[in-house]
Amino acid sequence: MNGNLNRAFVNRRGRVPRGNFELYSWFFMRISGVVLLVIAVFHLFYMHFAIGVDNIDYDLVAERWGNPLWKVFDFFLLVFALTHGVNGFRAILDDYVHRPGWSVFAKSMLFLVYVALLGIGAYVILTFTPEAAQAALS
Amino acid sequence: MATRTVYRKGVPILEGLRYRGREGMFAWLLHRASGIGILLFLALHIVDIFLMSFGPELFNALLVLYHAWWGRIMTVFLLFGVLFHALNGARIIIQDFWPRLWPHERTLIWIEAAIFLPIFLWGAYMFLLPLFQS
Repeated sequence: MNGNLNRAFVNRRGRVPRGNFELYSWFFMRISGVVLLVIAVFHLFYMHFAIGVDNIDYDLVAERWGNPLWKVFDFFLLVFALTHGVNGFRAILDDYVHRPGWSVFAKSMLFLVYVALLGIGAYVILTFTPEAAQAALS
Repeated sequence: MATRTVYRKGVPILEGLRYRGREGMFAWLLHRASGIGILLFLALHIVDIFLMSFGPELFNALLVLYHAWWGRIMTVFLLFGVLFHALNGARIIIQDFWPRLWPHERTLIWIEAAIFLPIFLWGAYMFLLPLFQS
């Protein structure tokens, strides 16, 4: 069984994966999938139906982030959604990019984008205060 | 030395659609397409929320993305993608942990569609309603 699985990876990537990374990746997609099924769907419906998209502006987001619980919620949403999405895109790259050089290049670029988006997202959620936003402008 | 599968280049899209994978193939295709779409939107969404660090003027100016009529129409696509990806992902997880359900995959996909359609149609109606009221 494991031999067949490894052969499938050799066909797709030209090498056998090391360690249990792909197992943890599979498991992470299931766990984060269940988490996102709750928090991402809730976020979408809450912002559109409970709040209403026309009522969203700077003041509303600033007021929401006045509550640390919403900051924690948004932070978990950011980490789970972005990691789930980028890991899914990695699987798609394995399906379509076969040359080892291009594969390493594409995944490196993907990883850089992941770190950058995670960085700016975490930065604004964790450091935001209306005063800090005003200070950044002046 | 590992042998590599030889891939045909330039297989016509029509030939791909003639492949009779039925429900399972279309669920797989929509799962992949909606996943890419949601990831692209998420990248945009992280950048627009990041602009909160630069004060109200810049942030509010960019909200046209969500408030304009074309933004509302794009949001319906987002609702379609998120809702489908969530329900289809739940089906995949259920099948993964109860392998005896795999032979019933087509039935599960139709059950999924029966849950998806009313929620999506109601949501799309609610999203688009303001366009016809002003």
